[in-house]
Amino acid sequence: MESRRDIFQAIADPSRREIVRLIAFQPMNLNAIAENFDMSRQAVSLHIKIMSECGLITIKQQGRERFCSIEPKKLAEIADWIEPYRRTWEGRFGRVDDILHKLKTKKNG
Amino acid sequence: MGSTNLTRIVAEAGKQELFVIREFDAPRELVFRVFSEKEYLEQWVGPKDLSIRYEKFEPREGGSYRFISGSCDGMEFGFHGVCHEHTTPERIIQTFEFEGLPERGHVVLETSRFEPLPGERTRVTIHSVFQSVADRDGMVKSGMEKGIVDSHEKLDVLLNKLTHTLVA
Repeated sequence: MESRRDIFQAIADPSRREIVRLIAFQPMNLNAIAENFDMSRQAVSLHIKIMSECGLITIKQQGRERFCSIEPKKLAEIADWIEPYRRTWEGRFGRVDDILHKLKTKKNG
Repeated sequence: MGSTNLTRIVAEAGKQELFVIREFDAPRELVFRVFSEKEYLEQWVGPKDLSIRYEKFEPREGGSYRFISGSCDGMEFGFHGVCHEHTTPERIIQTFEFEGLPERGHVVLETSRFEPLPGERTRVTIHSVFQSVADRDGMVKSGMEKGIVDSHEKLDVLLNKLTHTLVA
């Protein structure tokens, strides 16, 4: 049985996050990506395979080269994931601001 | 009152911890009070438009707390924990457990640090350590308020966020 792959698994590894940053703005072929890492080309290739299975990376064959690019929509899932939680805290802290403001006014008044 | 102080969440993928970081335009003693006195906590801890009430509140080493939060449909949820350290005005360490989970035993260790900043300002860092990555991710997902999420933003904006989110 194949384990479930999702976006969070795709970025669970620091090397994979480094790959995301590398190819975020321009697609790169596997060799060019591998040059940025100390690990073997095979190890980089495995990371890319996992990220591709998670839907974060698309691999396109161009002649003899395989180009890897980011799927922006998948990347958006991560930011969307944290954002509502952040807003909940922002709401709480906004109320803290109000209380602090009242306390400061009381103290000075 | 609008604030220019942004709330930062640092939740690195695959980890059991998360950080909530925010600065306040008030001196540390005052901020610490708002984070450690029942009267104030009841005004801000709960979800939007819903207040909470403490049925037990002992902010001292070895003390414990329990508060009840209501919801729009009249349901009530309890939260409780034990105070490990309460050092005015710099640090609060406590456990936290949501009683509404299907099973007991999913406890969070929370450390809140209060740092003085120049100009009578204060930085608060809340560090939560969960028992598993799944516990942490579940907490983040449950924090979603009404699911109003902006549609996808530009890739560079996202990447900025990603970098902030993933690299502390």
